[in-house]
Formats: sequence, structure tokens, C-alpha cells
Amino acid sequence: MAVLETDVAGVRLRNPFLLASGIWGESGESLAGAWRAGAGGVITKSIGSAPRAGYPNPTIELLDGGAMLNAMGLPNPGIDEYPAEIEIARRAGATVIGSVFGGTAEEFATLAGRIADTGVVAVELNLSCPHARGFGAEVGSTPEGVETILRAVVGAVRIPAIAKITPNAADPAALAAAAERGGAAAVSAINTVRALAIEPRLRRPVLAHGLGGLSGPAIKPIGLACVWQIFERVRIPIVGVGGIETADDAVDYLLAGARAVQIGTAVAGRGIGLFGRLPADLDRRLEALGFPSVRAAVGAAHPPADGAPRPAL
Amino acid sequence: MRTVVPVVETVVETPSTVTLRFDYPPEAAPGQFVMVWLPGDDELPMSLSYLEGPRKGVTIKAMGGSTRAVLGIAAGAPIGVRGPYGNRFDLAPRRILVVGGGSGTAVLAPAAEAAARGGASVAVALGATRASELLFRDRLRAAGLRVEVATDDGSEGTPGFVTGLVERWLSTEPFDAVWTCGPEVMMAKVAALARARGVPTFCSVERHMKCALGLCDACALGPYHVCTDGPVFPAERLLATPDFGRFHRDAAGRRRPL
Repeated sequence: MAVLETDVAGVRLRNPFLLASGIWGESGESLAGAWRAGAGGVITKSIGSAPRAGYPNPTIELLDGGAMLNAMGLPNPGIDEYPAEIEIARRAGATVIGSVFGGTAEEFATLAGRIADTGVVAVELNLSCPHARGFGAEVGSTPEGVETILRAVVGAVRIPAIAKITPNAADPAALAAAAERGGAAAVSAINTVRALAIEPRLRRPVLAHGLGGLSGPAIKPIGLACVWQIFERVRIPIVGVGGIETADDAVDYLLAGARAVQIGTAVAGRGIGLFGRLPADLDRRLEALGFPSVRAAVGAAHPPADGAPRPAL
Repeated sequence: MRTVVPVVETVVETPSTVTLRFDYPPEAAPGQFVMVWLPGDDELPMSLSYLEGPRKGVTIKAMGGSTRAVLGIAAGAPIGVRGPYGNRFDLAPRRILVVGGGSGTAVLAPAAEAAARGGASVAVALGATRASELLFRDRLRAAGLRVEVATDDGSEGTPGFVTGLVERWLSTEPFDAVWTCGPEVMMAKVAALARARGVPTFCSVERHMKCALGLCDACALGPYHVCTDGPVFPAERLLATPDFGRFHRDAAGRRRPL
């Protein structure tokens, strides 16, 4: 039996499979449901200062090959009402990470403080939503912006701060390095990849917002590349996100440098029961590859620091 | 993965309800819904009110916002369709009481017809505010079903709520199942009446919906997602949630009284 327990930013996780922000995260009962299904932890929907309805539909489009495009527009109940939902998830015993988005460093700090008060174990900063004006990647696409936000948040809360990094930048690893300088306890990579779908018969984009974010299996190689590069630039733990559907996908992310992973889009095709199956699948896979634990696999595809030869089958 | 098709025909069913017919070949079962995109406006979940063969139909009540825009759609206008999604009514029961409130009858009509075609005995209790708002009364009678009517203002049938009809029907005939769709307070009352007689009730429920894929959580109802776990639920499961008949979630995900 491989040891599946892992830790990120000092937070112990019963297994490395986290529910990604934006999926099943608007209601406390849904978060509790993902936890009961077997997730190692659950990340809330990104919460802002005020309630937001998000964009009109269509907000989502399934593409061939399991890829998905979305521009939800950061809908959320707002920080005043959302703590009641977190409370429901916590009462179910869930390990809850709170996600927040802001337009300025001060807003991030305020929101992080408010969500920390709910008892979440860590706060993930959405620095990477690719389709919300004034938020997400618009404030998280430069190292200076990321570092400033992290410094403000780290100065305001006692719980660990996790920076969720955008892949839609020239050098995502530089953003992760900036987060580390700012005091981040971990980075999550990646958020969705900016993308577009056209409906030619209607001569318009499919999504009401126009641009959206791509997720699903199509973006796994992009996520792996980001995690790989970030691993070589920072010492803080990395949470891998992007196109993970199977234990094999997770193993790839672990070997690229991730200590835990997030699952989002795969819930659509495989159902929430996926979280119940993945740990056992990962256990078998790690054993077959000769890894005694998740931790032993982290970064194992990188050249050994001491120049020792890699073990081969 | 959506199809853009022209509206082939529009039918004004009642002063506030319109049916859009369009050709969309995927097979659908009674109870299922499609996401209908009104380009430039919105995309909404709509139960299929016609589902036999390629010419499907949805019947929408104009309640405001985008549903009101539906009233202005003319034949030939393009709409986007994806689905069908969701579960279905179980057609196994042999004696079924169908209880429709207002536009809720849209999803019940094809289910009642399919059950009757399969040999079930189907009785229908239809309720509306007034006679002109009774949906699919003639269609259901034409299908050979026994239809009784209640109107709030007494302009047709039994005056008062449809629950009065339900009570009478349940006390005079044995039923194996009750199917209902309409205001949740009505459905909860219908379920309570049926439970008192030991008859299981199945409700088709509606919630704000965005992805329809079981991801975004907009349609969360207790531990369920209406898009993938529903829209048809055994009433006892709904009654065990804190929300049924009392709360829904708005577009921002805030719990609000119904």
C-alpha cells in the first residue's frame, strides 16, 4: 500500500485529490458531497466582496475530445452570505480551502481575512480567472501584481495562502516565483487556458462573454509544462491542475513536481464518484511504479540533484 | 456540442405560454429537458413538451427576462439546442394520477401520453389561475385521458386549488403513483396527500441552471443537482431537503425564499 496522505502548505490531506474551485462549490451541501465521495479536500467557489450573478448563458460549451470551454463570470453569493455554506461543509468534516478573488491587493487581503474567519484550513487566491474584467488574470498576470497581492494577504491572515497561477502569461513560473517571494505557502497551477469557440451559423461566439477558459484533457500537457517549470523555480509546494481524469494523469503531475492535484472538469463526464475511485487507482499505480508514497513521487521526473542515474524498469 | 436549428412553428397555448417546435433528432424520454439558446439573450433549461420523433417542442411560460423574449420568437428564427439532459419518469406504474399546475403541465403531457400508450390508466388533474391559462387540457383529452380541471377564479371546473381535485381523486380511486409538476408549494401538498394514502409521488422540479452538466452547482437542491440527479425526484427525497417548497438559489447562488 502506497502512502496517499500528502500535505500542501502545512495542510494535511488524506489523499492528493482536491475538488477544484468552481466545481460543486456554490453550496455547502455540494462541498460536503464531494468530501463524502472521497476528495482529499474541497476548494470553494471563488468568493468576492459582493454577490455576482455571473455572465448570462451560454456559459459553457463542450468541445470534441472532452475539452470544455467556460466563462461563468465568477458567480458567487458574496462573502457576507457564503460563510453559512462553508459551515455546512465543515460540519460534514470536510477539509475546506477557501477561494477568493479581488480587484486589488487590499480587497484580496480583506476577503482572505473574512474567509479565514470561517475556519477554512487555507485560502487559495484566484489570480488566474481568464475571463472576468478587473479580476483574476487581469490582476495576476505580472510578477509585481502577484507579489503585492500575496504580501497583503500574508500580512492579513494566519492561515496559509495558496496562489492559483494563470497559464496565460509569457512566463507562468515567474508568477509562481513572485508568489513565493510574497509569502505564498503553495501555488496551484494552472487555471483554464484562454480560448474561444465560434458559432458560424449565428456569426457570433458561442459563449455569451465571448472569450472563455479551456479545461479538460486538452490542457493537461500545458498544465504539466507549467508545473514542471515552476518546480524548477520555487521551493514551496505545487498543486497541479488541468485535465486530470485518471490516476495516471495524477502520477504525471506528481512526477512533474505537484504534491497534490485538483479535479474539476472530469466530474462532468465521470461523476463525483470519481473521487472514490481515484485513491485506490493511484495506490495501485504508485506501487507498480515502485513509489512507496505520493511524496516519494513528487518531482521524480526531474533530473536528480546529485547527478545519480534514474532507476529504470 | 450544440445544434443550431430554426424554429419551425410557434403555438400560443395560453395568454402567457408559447410552444416552440423545431427539428432535433436525438431521442428523448418523458421528463427530460434541453438547454435552449436564444442567441443574444440567454440559454435556459426547458422541459420537452413534445418528444416523439425528430420534431421536438418546448413550452415556456413568459415570467420575465428571457422567458418573455420567447413570446417574440417567430418561425424561422434560429435557436441553439443541446441535450436532452436529466432523468425520466418511470413508466412502470399502471395507475397514475398526473397533477399539473400552470406551465408545469408542459413536462407532464408527453409523459402522460407515453404512459397511456403503454397501457397505463392515467387520470389528470389540471390547475391554473383561470380557464384561459389551462395548459394542454384539450391535448390530453384528445389522447383519451380522463382530465379534470380546477381554476383559482372558478372560471372552469372546480373552483380553488388543484389539490382539492387531487384529494377527491385519491379518495375515490386507487393509484400506484402520482406525477406532479408546478409550484413547489403545490407539489409538496400533493405529495403529502398522496403519502397519506400510501401512494408515492414523483416531482419534476426547476432550479436556476447554467451548465446542465453537474459541474457549476447553480441548480443545487439539498444534496442533489437538478440537472443530473433530476429533474424528476421521489417526493420524499425532496421533502427531506431544507429547500424544497421553501428556498431556491438565485443566479449568484444565494439561498432565497421561493
